[in-house]
Amino acid sequence: MGDFLMSIPLFALVLTMGAFRIGLWCQKKTGSALCNPILIAALLVIGVMLIAHIPAERYVASTAGLQWLLTPATVCLALPLYEQLKVLGKNLPAILWGIAAGTVTSLLGIFGLCHLFGLDQTLTISLLPKSVTTAMGIVLSGQNGGIEGLTSICIIITGILGSLSGTLLCRLLKLTDPICQGVAFGTASHVIGTSRATQIDPLAGAVSSLSLAISGILTAVLFPLFVKIL
Amino acid sequence: MKYICQLLYILLFSFAGEALQVLIPLPIPAAIYGMVLLLIALSTGLLKSEYIADTARFLIAIMPVLFVVPVVNILRHWGVIASRLGAIIVIVAASTFVVFAVSGLVTKWYLRKKGGDHNG
Repeated sequence: MGDFLMSIPLFALVLTMGAFRIGLWCQKKTGSALCNPILIAALLVIGVMLIAHIPAERYVASTAGLQWLLTPATVCLALPLYEQLKVLGKNLPAILWGIAAGTVTSLLGIFGLCHLFGLDQTLTISLLPKSVTTAMGIVLSGQNGGIEGLTSICIIITGILGSLSGTLLCRLLKLTDPICQGVAFGTASHVIGTSRATQIDPLAGAVSSLSLAISGILTAVLFPLFVKIL
Repeated sequence: MKYICQLLYILLFSFAGEALQVLIPLPIPAAIYGMVLLLIALSTGLLKSEYIADTARFLIAIMPVLFVVPVVNILRHWGVIASRLGAIIVIVAASTFVVFAVSGLVTKWYLRKKGGDHNG
């Protein structure tokens, strides 16, 4: 059956979109960050592949046509970034310092921990961009010899962790200002954290959205340094 | 017509990003160059946001679907990952909490240093 299905050019795309639709439905139904639509969709696709005996290579090959969308879609993130920059003008210095501190901490911390645990170069490169949004993270990882799939799973888990623990962390650290909360959510846990921040406070959501874009750019700029050291 | 023009603008910035990536010998993704170029064009008023807005929002909305494929593809590398799973989980969790704390606290410290005026 797998052979027949995979011989239809659009099967992999329909499967992926359909699985994602179910993932979105689960998230809406439960309202929990744990029900991440990307993870649910991936599990469903893996399930179908196991049942129909479709090898991962074939599935990946037949969705290759989809991947050209990634660069233009990421470029478009400049639009929300531009809109938030306009709104947040006067608080920008504080926000930028917070993002810069978080981003450098993230890269140095992951680099140090990977060294401590003796992880090899491939795994270290896969983990380094795990605080930024998936679009940027997987490209940074893939272009430098990391495993894109590992990077995207770590990015999603990071987002879920930040989203679930953020409110508690804000209370423990006495982060009461929505601007501080937004920077923390966006820098540490990208888009998934941002959707949680938006629920807490619209301003926190806007700051978070700005933070995830800036921390992504900053990570991309600093990334070559770490690749050189490895 | 509208969507053709919008997509064309977006593709032009993506193309410029890819060209820069080829010209500049750094491992920075083409999308980052393209994004910065687009941000400059929007900020300087060279390109009005409504010239790209609808198509841009559509592309951003469907982007998560593209990430299903790499996650499924992890099956092919499962051996390497499974052997270091414990370390990976510790690193992911620890760094998330530390980055959350550092970025939030630095912002708080900076806002306080500048005085109370930050309710905008």
